[in-house]
Amino acid sequence: MADSSAPAGGLLTTSDGRSLKSALASAQKRAKRRAFLLVLPLLAFIVITFIVPIGQLMHQAIYNDGFSANMPRVTAWFAETPPGTPPDETAWEALALDLKDAAAARTVGVVGTRVNYEMSGTRSLFTSTARAASRFEPPYREALLEEDAKWDDPVLWGTMRQVSDAYSANFFLAALDMTRDVNGKIVPMPEDRQIYVSLFLKTFLLAGLITFTCFVLGFPIAHLLATLPMRWSNLLMILVLLPFWTSLLVRTTSWMVLLQQQGVVNNSLVSLGLISEDGRIQMIYNQAGTIIAMTHILLPFMILPLYSVMRPIPPSYVRAARSLGATSWTAFRRVYLPQTLPGVGAGSLLVFILAVGYYITPALVGGASGQLISNLIAFHMQSSLNWSLASALAALLLGAVLVLYWLYDRLVGIDNLKLG
Amino acid sequence: MSESHTDAFVAFDRVQKSYDGASLVVKDLNLNIAKGEFLTMLGPSGSGKTTCLMMLAGFETATNGEIRLDGVNINMVPPHKRGIGMVFQNYALFPHMTVGENLSFPLEVRGMTKSTREEKVARALDMVQMGAFINRRPAQLSGGQQQRIALARALVFDPKLVLMDEPLGALDKQLREHMQFEIKHLHESLGITVVYVTHDQGEALTMSDRIAVFNDGRIQQLAPPADLYERPDNSFVAGFIGENNKLPGTIEALSDGKALVRLATGELIDATPVNVTQKGQKTLVSIRPERVEFKPEMMPAGAHMIAAEVLEVIYMGDILRARLRVAGSDDFVMKMRNTLGQTRLSQGDQLKVGWHPQDARALDPL
Ligand SMILES: Nc1ncnc2c1ncn2[C@@H]1O[C@H](COP(=O)(O)OP(=O)(O)OP(=O)(O)O)[C@@H](O)[C@H]1O
Ligand SMILES: [Mg+2]
Repeated sequence: MADSSAPAGGLLTTSDGRSLKSALASAQKRAKRRAFLLVLPLLAFIVITFIVPIGQLMHQAIYNDGFSANMPRVTAWFAETPPGTPPDETAWEALALDLKDAAAARTVGVVGTRVNYEMSGTRSLFTSTARAASRFEPPYREALLEEDAKWDDPVLWGTMRQVSDAYSANFFLAALDMTRDVNGKIVPMPEDRQIYVSLFLKTFLLAGLITFTCFVLGFPIAHLLATLPMRWSNLLMILVLLPFWTSLLVRTTSWMVLLQQQGVVNNSLVSLGLISEDGRIQMIYNQAGTIIAMTHILLPFMILPLYSVMRPIPPSYVRAARSLGATSWTAFRRVYLPQTLPGVGAGSLLVFILAVGYYITPALVGGASGQLISNLIAFHMQSSLNWSLASALAALLLGAVLVLYWLYDRLVGIDNLKLG
Repeated sequence: MSESHTDAFVAFDRVQKSYDGASLVVKDLNLNIAKGEFLTMLGPSGSGKTTCLMMLAGFETATNGEIRLDGVNINMVPPHKRGIGMVFQNYALFPHMTVGENLSFPLEVRGMTKSTREEKVARALDMVQMGAFINRRPAQLSGGQQQRIALARALVFDPKLVLMDEPLGALDKQLREHMQFEIKHLHESLGITVVYVTHDQGEALTMSDRIAVFNDGRIQQLAPPADLYERPDNSFVAGFIGENNKLPGTIEALSDGKALVRLATGELIDATPVNVTQKGQKTLVSIRPERVEFKPEMMPAGAHMIAAEVLEVIYMGDILRARLRVAGSDDFVMKMRNTLGQTRLSQGDQLKVGWHPQDARALDPL
């Protein structure tokens, strides 16, 4: 049984006695190494421009050391004592000395801002007290309370204890319109300060609507593109792609020219007598503006995947269905449409995901009612400088999109996706 | 219209078709197909076969003329109301449906009940010996299996007329021959009328009751296979069907169904006049390679023979094929059966060849 050229157990060897597996591996090693070197630049690019920033963003959403880094003594005291401990003289001393240091290092604003996120109206307390901090003498409790009686507020101490931990889920809570009460229990925000959840919902709703209008408008165009003779379909394809070659800003502003109250469309309607001079329709700077302009901008992303699945569908399928006795509507519904579904799925997913994160267009033509969640993220990035909250919102958006992607995979199967 | 056509099951009556308004793809087509007939449209690529089939199926409209089905003008009837079964070259099986769903489709759109549908689907699948594949998707079938399913689908709703556009074009030779036999068998057992398009002449000859040879938008000849092969009406048909030797010449004499033709090199040969009418006319004489004789004892008395030189002999198994130089042309072919007593020719042999006058047909010059 033991034959040297073909040993038992299925382990094959080459003619010079090496195992086939290792021979194959060494034969392919060079090719593999070369292939890896080829993709290395791209890999580095993706890691540096994509994975690292996103990782940082995610981190920022749960990590903010604005307080802990600048108030080390107080932070240490919070770490030593159990939650709910009333501040003793050690704590007051730590606070006074930290404030003095922070004032000297000009970081007290950062500290105040961090506390202010959780408890509004406290930033000025920190900055004004810090100005006087160099004069403080023991006993520090009296000195601080003399400066401002608000320091005695147990809610303030509770909040400081919360923010002394650099890692915190509070930004996510805030992004979901929730907060912690004095005892650290998660409770909903007061009604008048709940904005994010409804904005998320509105964003998804509008994105869904835009996806739907893109589908309704894009399907016939894609079908036309796929069935016209090559010469005409190429021309039409250029028209479809033309928006890609025009600046987004130009396209958006041209919608302003068309749709504003004194714009082309309203003027035409008035001069045709269809509407009266003071019945001019508000078509822009509201949700309608966002929907119209974004549908226009995202339409190619629907048309291209649709086109790419429609082009290879031979006309003989519909013909076969017709010859088998189906009306043209039945043939379309039962035979043509099901075969375009991978394109419909890809186009819809693409448009929806792009719409959910769109920023420029709603900012320009959305008015107050047409703002989406990304506009608020931008606001927190640029104006309120609450990067942690912006990160939390962005992370939630990313999470929602990933969930959607997962759902799509479960329902339709991602391998059924055809992007072109 | 004309009374003689009313008994035809399918009738093309002076049908013309143009796609661009500038040229005719189908020129004056007149064709009557009887009930239960197997008619094949045969012709080179671009000769308008598919166009004719599509007009019959209702996917193209005739630019002029009338198409009748069972005596009724169907020019304006939409495809789904014609009740014609169709097999496409690429099968056109719906990829998102199983085999069973594909077959069930025509029954569903006709509003049949589930039990009727299941029964008919099972019967149609058994007919093509594919009963076990009812839950497969078309992509999971081989070409030949897909072909059978396409056939079953076109037959499942009991159409009286079935159209097939090069249904076997994508199969290998052996499978093609097998499927030819099966289609022919189904045609006979079901009593359906079949219009079959192919550009494989072997297929046309073995399967058809009649063959319509198309060229350039016209039917060149409409005849049963044997007639078409043995008695081509014109040079195109003679050249298109089977192998053929062509000798150009002029009519020297015409008398009681016999013609004497003088070749360009001066030799005289015998032929049967087909579309020549008078002395001095130019003609093309066509002779099948297997009807060429080189043994004088096989020739009828008084028949002419002409000199030939063997250029090449190819051994093909069942036959031997010799290429000869005859009357100045180098591509005269003679086929000999490979029998035990057959004379073996070899390159350079000088001999005389001839044929029975009825085997050579004096046709129109090309
Ligand atoms: N949809 C069309 N539009 C314009 N011209 C067409 C169209 N379909 C066919 N033709 C032209 O009509 C002529 C006949 O085409 P048809 O498809 O009937 O040929 P065919 O005999 O079926 O050829 P093949 O054996 O290659 O299938 C061709 O010259 C073709 O270019
Ligand atoms: Mg064809």
